[in-house]
Amino acid sequence: MTWWSRNTSSQSRRDLALRWVARASSVLSAAVILLIFLFLLQEAAPALANIGISRFFTDTSWHPLSAQFNLVPMLMGTVLTTLGAVVIATPLGLAAAIYCVYFAPRGLATWYRRLIELMAGIPSVVFGLWGLVKLAPFIGQLGGSGQNLLTAMIVLSLMILPTVMLTTCSSMAAVPPELLRGGAALGLNRWSVVRRIVLPAARGGIGVGILLATARAVGETMAVLMVAGNVVEIPTSLLDPVRTLTANIALEMGYATTAHRSILFASGLLLMGLVACVALVAEVRKRSPHEL
Amino acid sequence: MNDIRILGPLILLLITGCGGIQAPSSEASPTPQLSGRLELTGSSTIAPLVTEIAKRFELKHPEVRVDVQTGGSGKGIADVRNGTADIGMASRALAEDEQDLTIHPIAVDGVGIIVHSSNPIPELTAEQIVGIYRGESNNWSEVGGPDLQITVVHKAEGRATLEVFLEYFDLENPSIKADVIVGDNEHGIKTVAGTKGAIGYVSIGTAEADIQAGVPIRLLPLAAVEATTKNVGNGSFPMSRPLNLVTADSPGDLARQFITYCQSEEVHDLVVSQYFVPVTP
Amino acid sequence: MNSETRNDRLSLSFSRRFGPELATVLTGIPALVVAGMFGWILADILYHGLTQFSWAFLTSAPEDAGRQGGISTILVSTLMILGITLIIVVPVSLATAVELAERRSRSVRFDRLVRRSLDVLAACPSIVFGLFGNAFFCVYLKMGYSILAGGLTLACMVLPLLIRTSEQAIRAVPDEYRHAAASLGLSRWTTLFRIVLPAALPAMAAGLVLSIGRALSETAALIFTSGYVTRSPESLFDSGRAMSVHIYDLAMNVPGGNPRAYATAATLLIVLLVINGIAVRLTRIAGLTLNPSLEKNH
Repeated sequence: MTWWSRNTSSQSRRDLALRWVARASSVLSAAVILLIFLFLLQEAAPALANIGISRFFTDTSWHPLSAQFNLVPMLMGTVLTTLGAVVIATPLGLAAAIYCVYFAPRGLATWYRRLIELMAGIPSVVFGLWGLVKLAPFIGQLGGSGQNLLTAMIVLSLMILPTVMLTTCSSMAAVPPELLRGGAALGLNRWSVVRRIVLPAARGGIGVGILLATARAVGETMAVLMVAGNVVEIPTSLLDPVRTLTANIALEMGYATTAHRSILFASGLLLMGLVACVALVAEVRKRSPHEL
Repeated sequence: MNDIRILGPLILLLITGCGGIQAPSSEASPTPQLSGRLELTGSSTIAPLVTEIAKRFELKHPEVRVDVQTGGSGKGIADVRNGTADIGMASRALAEDEQDLTIHPIAVDGVGIIVHSSNPIPELTAEQIVGIYRGESNNWSEVGGPDLQITVVHKAEGRATLEVFLEYFDLENPSIKADVIVGDNEHGIKTVAGTKGAIGYVSIGTAEADIQAGVPIRLLPLAAVEATTKNVGNGSFPMSRPLNLVTADSPGDLARQFITYCQSEEVHDLVVSQYFVPVTP
Repeated sequence: MNSETRNDRLSLSFSRRFGPELATVLTGIPALVVAGMFGWILADILYHGLTQFSWAFLTSAPEDAGRQGGISTILVSTLMILGITLIIVVPVSLATAVELAERRSRSVRFDRLVRRSLDVLAACPSIVFGLFGNAFFCVYLKMGYSILAGGLTLACMVLPLLIRTSEQAIRAVPDEYRHAAASLGLSRWTTLFRIVLPAALPAMAAGLVLSIGRALSETAALIFTSGYVTRSPESLFDSGRAMSVHIYDLAMNVPGGNPRAYATAATLLIVLLVINGIAVRLTRIAGLTLNPSLEKNH
C-alpha cells in the first residue's frame, strides 16, 4: 500500500492538499470524542471527587435521592442486553445477508434490501412503541408485564440487524469478482464459493459491521427504556426487568439536580470506558491472527 | 467530484438561508406592541400546554416569538437559575433549596391510581396500596380481587408524580418493590393497558383522555372520592400537584406579560383541552 | 495440514450433495424470520398510520399539541437539520476514510488512534450526544436551541458510521486498480477521484443510506439541541422540532396522540424511501449497480 509514497515524482500541489485535508479531517473526527470526553469529565468531576469511584461498586443499591449510588446492576444490564442483542442479530444478519446476495432471486433481493434499508431509519421510539404495545404483552403471557431482559434483547437485536446486514452485504459485494470466477472455474458450487472465498475475504468488513452494531446496542437509549422494565436489580432470569446505563441517564437526567446529575455523567464516562474496552479487545483480536 | 456536484446547490441553499433571514424583526415597531423572544424550558408535562398558549400569544402579538423547550422540571429550574431560559416550567412545588425562585401556578393536575379495565376490584384502601407497593401483597386475591399476580408499575426516581404519590402514602422510595419502572405518563398507561394484573399511578387528565380514546384502563377512587378532573378542580380529590411557571427575581416585561396571559381566563379552554384543571390566582 | 485437506474434501463432497438447495433453505429461513419481524413492525406502523394520512396532513401545521392538524413545519425542520448534517458529515468522513484506508502504512499509530476514537464515539449513547450538543453548540458556541446546533450534533453522531462504512468501501477496491494507476503515472488526486472513489461508490452509498437513516431516527440528541418548537423555522438559528421528536412527544407525552404519532412515523418511512430511491438512482447514474450477485459473474 505504499504505492504512492514511493512515486514522489508525480506529487502535485493537489496531492499535497489532498493529504492535508485528509489528515485534518481525521484529526477533527478524532477530536469529537475528545471534546465529548472532556465535557463528561468536567460534569462528572464533582461526583468523582466527592463520592469516589469505589462507591459506585460497593454501595448497597441505586437510590440517588437517598445517597446510594451502586451502578453495578445497570452495568450488568447494559452488558447483558448488548450481548443478547449481538448474539441474536449476528447469525440472523449474516445468514440473511448471504441469502440476499447469493441465493435469493434477484427481484426479491432488491426488495429485501430495500426493506432492510428502510428499517435502518425507523426511529428507536417506534421500535420501542412496537415493543411496548405489541411485543411486551405477547411475551407477558409468560408472566408479568413482559417488560424484561428478553424483550429488550429482541427489540435491540432488531434495531442493530440492519447495520449487521447492510455492512455484511456491502463487504461481500466488494469481494473482487475474479475470485468468485476463479472459485466457479474450480468447480465449486455456490455455497462453497460463499463459504471458502467470500466469507474469508469479507471478514474484515463483517467484523467492522458487528463492532458498529455492538456500539449501537450499547448506546441505544429510548427503545430499551420503553421495554426493559427499568428496575435496578441484577436479573436472575430472562424474564426479570433490567435497567441499562443509558436508560438510567435518560430516565433521571431531566429531573436530577447537582450531585445526582454529576453521577449520571460519571455513568456516561463508565459507559465510554466499557466501549473503549470492547473496541480494544476487538482490535487486538483482529490483529493477532493475521493482519487485515 | 460527484459529491461536489451534489453538494453545490445545497451549500448555496445554506448560504442564502443564513444570509437572507438572519435579522429577525430587530427594528423597533412604531406601535407600543410587544416584541422580542422568550425562551421557556422544563417539564415535559407542561410543555404541550404552554406550546398551545404560546401559539395564541404569538397570534395576538405577531412580533413576539415564544420558544418552548422540554427536558424535565429539573432542567427548567437549572436553566432559569443560570439565565439560559427566561421562564422555567416545573410540574411540582419548589424544593427547599429552590426557594430563591418565584412560582406562578397555571394549572393543577391530579394523580390517580389505575388498573387494567378487566380488573373488577372496586377500590383499594391506603393500607392495601402501601402493602402492594412494599411487596407485601403479590396477588390480587389478597386484596379482594381475582387470583392474578400483581404487577407493580412505579415511576423513576425524581419524577414529579412519584414525589406526590410517595408523599401522599407516606412511603420511602427505597422500600418500594416495583416490577416495572416507567418514565412518562403515557409509558405508565401503555404498560398498565398491556398487563392484566398491573397497578400504577398517573396524571388523572392523561388517564381520562386515554380512557375516552378506548385504552383499556380504569381509574380507582381514592379515599372514596372518584378520580376525575372535576373533583381535582373542586379540591375534593386528595392527591394532586401544581403545574408552575418559574422565574428568577425580576422577570422582564415580556416574560411578565406572558405569565399573566398564561394565568388569565383567556387560556382556560386550552388548559381544559390539554386535560388539566385551570386555576385562578 | 493433512487432516485439514481431508476435512476440506469431506465438506466438499457434502456441499456437492446438499449444496445450493440446503444452503438456500439454511440462509432463507433466517432471512424469512428477519423479514417477518420487520414486516410486523412495518405493518403496525402503516396500518395505524395510513388511516390518518392525507395530503392535508403533509401541508398543514400541527394543532392541539399535535393531536390535530399536520406536520408541514416539522417536515421542513427535519429536512433542514438533515441538510446541515450531510453538508458537514459527507466531506469530513470522506476525507477521513481516505486517510484511514489509503495511507495506513504511513503512520500506523495515528490511524489506530483515530480508528479507536471513532469506535468509542460510535457507542456514545444518543442522550450523551444530546447533553454534549446542548452544552457545546447551544450554550458554549451560543447557537441556542437551533436547527444548526441539531444538525451539527447529528453530524458528530453519524460521523463514525459513515467513516467506517466509507473506509471499508475504499479498502475493498482491489489494489490492482491502484497499481495500474500508479504505473500509468497518475497523480494521487486523479487516482482517488477517477478510479478508487467511483469503484467504491456503491458501497459508500449503502453507508450513506444507513447514516441518513440513523440521523432521521434520532430522538434523544435532538430534544436538547434543535428543540421542541413546532413553528416553521425562519432561519438556521431558529429552533425546530424534528419528526422523530414529534413522534416521541405524541406517543409518550401527549394523551391521545397515538394516531398522529403513527401517521408521522408512516410519513418518515415515505421520506426515507424517497431518499433511498435517490441514493440508488445516483449510484446507477455513476454507471454502477448496488446489487452485484453471482449471476453476473458466471
